[in-house]
Amino acid sequence: MYRIVQKKTLNPQVKLMTVEAPAIAKKARPGQFIILRVHDEGERIPLTIAGFDRAAGTITIVFQEVGRTTRALGQLEEGDSILDFVGPLGIPSHTEGIRKACVIGGGLGTAIAWPQAKALHDLGAEVHMICGFRNKDLVILEDEVRAASDRTIITTDDGSNGVKGFVTDQLKALLAEGNEYDVVIAIGPLVMMKFVSQMTKPLGIRTIVSLNPVMIDGTGMCGGCRVTVGGKTKFACVDGPDFDGHEVDFDEAIRRSSMYRDEEKQSDEMHQCRMGGLSNG
Amino acid sequence: MADMSLKKYPIPEQDPNQRNKNFAEVSLGYTEELARKESARCLQCKNKPCVAGCPVQVDIPGFIAKIGQGDFEAAYDVLKSTNTLPAVCGRVCPQETQCEERCVRAIKGQSVGIGRLERFAADRHMEKVCEAPLRPSPNGKKVAVVGSGPAGLTCAGDLAAMGYAVTVYEAFHVAGGVLMYGIPEFRLPKAIVQKEIDDLRKLGVEILTNRVVGRAETIDELLDEEGYSAVFVGTGAGLPSFMNVPGENLNSVYTANEFLTRINLMKAYKWPECDTPVRIGKRVAVVGGGNVAMDAARSAKRLGAEEVSIVYRRSEEEMPARLEEVHHAKEEGIRLVTLTNPTAILDDGKGWVRGMTVVDMELGEVDAKGRRSTHAIPGSEHDLAFETVVIAIGQSPNPLIRQTTPGLSTQRWGGIIVDESTGATSKPRVYAGGDAVTGAATVILAMGAGKIAAKSIDELVRSSEA
Ligand SMILES: Cc1cc2nc3c(=O)[nH]c(=O)nc-3n(C[C@H](O)[C@H](O)[C@H](O)COP(=O)(O)OP(=O)(O)OC[C@H]3O[C@@H](n4cnc5c(N)ncnc54)[C@H](O)[C@@H]3O)c2cc1C
Ligand SMILES: Cc1cc2nc3c(=O)[nH]c(=O)nc-3n(C[C@H](O)[C@H](O)[C@H](O)COP(=O)(O)OP(=O)(O)OC[C@H]3O[C@@H](n4cnc5c(N)ncnc54)[C@H](O)[C@@H]3O)c2cc1C
Ligand code: FES
Repeated sequence: MYRIVQKKTLNPQVKLMTVEAPAIAKKARPGQFIILRVHDEGERIPLTIAGFDRAAGTITIVFQEVGRTTRALGQLEEGDSILDFVGPLGIPSHTEGIRKACVIGGGLGTAIAWPQAKALHDLGAEVHMICGFRNKDLVILEDEVRAASDRTIITTDDGSNGVKGFVTDQLKALLAEGNEYDVVIAIGPLVMMKFVSQMTKPLGIRTIVSLNPVMIDGTGMCGGCRVTVGGKTKFACVDGPDFDGHEVDFDEAIRRSSMYRDEEKQSDEMHQCRMGGLSNG
Repeated sequence: MADMSLKKYPIPEQDPNQRNKNFAEVSLGYTEELARKESARCLQCKNKPCVAGCPVQVDIPGFIAKIGQGDFEAAYDVLKSTNTLPAVCGRVCPQETQCEERCVRAIKGQSVGIGRLERFAADRHMEKVCEAPLRPSPNGKKVAVVGSGPAGLTCAGDLAAMGYAVTVYEAFHVAGGVLMYGIPEFRLPKAIVQKEIDDLRKLGVEILTNRVVGRAETIDELLDEEGYSAVFVGTGAGLPSFMNVPGENLNSVYTANEFLTRINLMKAYKWPECDTPVRIGKRVAVVGGGNVAMDAARSAKRLGAEEVSIVYRRSEEEMPARLEEVHHAKEEGIRLVTLTNPTAILDDGKGWVRGMTVVDMELGEVDAKGRRSTHAIPGSEHDLAFETVVIAIGQSPNPLIRQTTPGLSTQRWGGIIVDESTGATSKPRVYAGGDAVTGAATVILAMGAGKIAAKSIDELVRSSEA
């Protein structure tokens, strides 16, 4: 069992937790993830390692409550324990030789992009960060992001906080200013990563995206997380989750990510229904 | 006087049309009476040809004689002295190519039902006896075992019985390896595997789940920092193979590993009470002809598929699956589409499977491995309709251990190279066995390899003390 030592609500749907997991904290590096299970009938779900403290032996995760498992996780409080927590999984992000980077987070992707921005910033690279949200209520980690970047642009689709518009418009503007990036790192919805990659490809700017297909084991055993990159099948859990955005077959990834949409909806509705029943009764 | 009836006493089973809708065990096992009758078919041969067919040399006539005398616990003791997991092996060993193949009774009629009798004695012990195994006095030495499949569990059990403090590192959230995530409940009830694992715990074996060696601790760290005298690697063959035909990444194409893990380990058959779903569809094709293919096909049927076909490129005789599994699959209404090989998986236009293009195959000469070669018949391509495709054409060892363990030599296809007589790898103090060494094989061979390694590790530790 893995004890929750800290819990914070970042916005109505996004929570941060710090969890005791010394064996993982000892080895964790930015870009890696963990897989957890909340209870015995539960699903295994992957979450990015948003931070780690080797001395305290803890791992920090930030998650959005989108379905049954993440909602159940959100119900746990400080002092409660998570049943299973395994990692660090995946290949750490490459930070070598990067002097200037533009890191883009879309929605919750900001939580996944932030540790990468921080790692680059700590290594002395110049980091520009663009974080896009649907509206001001959904903005997360603003202070953390500002502290980890030399320049921070917050966008909202409706202009309720920061600049109005999409992250790609801001990237375009930064490039037009003459910024030359060694790398663009884009993490967020598949469609966003697809558009960023389409934009940087003709410009020849190296672009890294982080894919989050459905996973089970996270060790290369099931193949459920497979994605096509450069025409070859890759397992996101062991060959990624970071990939060259110019090589990723986004349309396939988008299609595969919808494989269980009906089941997810049904399962979540049933669960919420049950929880409702409980609290009423 | 031996019972000279030519056939095995039939074992009670759930009716095929009943059982293909549930996940309860197919075979109900011998009653006491049936077991004693069957045991009387054994001739108690002096030269024991059956024993030579058993990878761990169980004293087969010995335990059968005890069943005949009604001393079931003594029968169990005979089994357990060389076989760590008799309740498992009685259910899943390919007896027809091992002990039973060599049985003298098989020359005229059917062999003695050795597997069924083994299962009877083991189940009987589990039901009636619940005393904890004796804990030996500790010898002060630590050994780490990586992977908790039959190879790792056997190695751990043998070492613990010798007094070692054994810690097992397992990547999944439960121990048991393929016995838990691969072989379905209806063939190997998980409670039986759990019981074996509980016994190991009582023996003092510590099992750490959620530990992926290579990602968290490495083998070098286990040896140099954590103070283990030796490490046994029993990480299995978990990497799924693909056919490399177009369409393999369409939605509702599964590897057997994913399909079976969702069903067995994550209990998708109880969805939505359990959270993990699986997509079945009306018509399911399972590609392959081994135990894995049979298990996937029979699981699909139980989950409500109307039509399940096993698509295999050779003929039924060549199928590597246990005879009983093929027989059970057919009884349950699974179609065998043999001498057929997929060349493409077809898109319904929305990214889901609508079928496969297949080609007819012909068998040719017997190759060096004793298997007949196959070739496609030109112009025989045709399409078959399916909504789900499960690929069950084999697995190889996961690359993680070899990538993170300098000095560990492996075959080109990934198998760890060992000295077969000791289980020693190219790296000092590191031993290996089971599917991680041989590629996908059997429970009993994995167990045998775990035993050999336990013995060698003990010898190594003793010699380094001297
Ligand atoms: C490498 C990786 C890192 C991730 N990091 C984070 C993170 O830091 N924070 C965060 O909030 N989310 C992260 N995710 C996504 C997170 O795993 C899913 O939101 C979660 O699994 C949803 O589970 P659920 O039961 O609550 O929702 P469900 O109702 O099951 O699904 C809701 C949505 O989540 C997606 N999803 C469902 N199951 C999985 C699964 N097993 N793997 C991936 N996606 C799934 C579905 O496609 C669907 O869109 C990450 C995913 C991956 C693969
Ligand atoms: C569906 C199916 C049906 C089968 N049916 C039969 C049958 O009827 N009869 C028969 O004899 N054989 C059968 N087999 C084959 C048999 O199950 C295997 O040969 C046997 O389980 C191999 O044992 P093992 O201990 O080598 O590996 P496994 O059972 O594969 O166990 C390896 C364990 O190591 C863990 N692991 C892997 N990497 C790491 C790591 N880096 N760190 C920590 N842990 C790790 C894995 O999670 C796993 O739990 C079947 C196999 C399958 C898949
Ligand atoms: S999650 Fe199973 S192979 Fe990647």
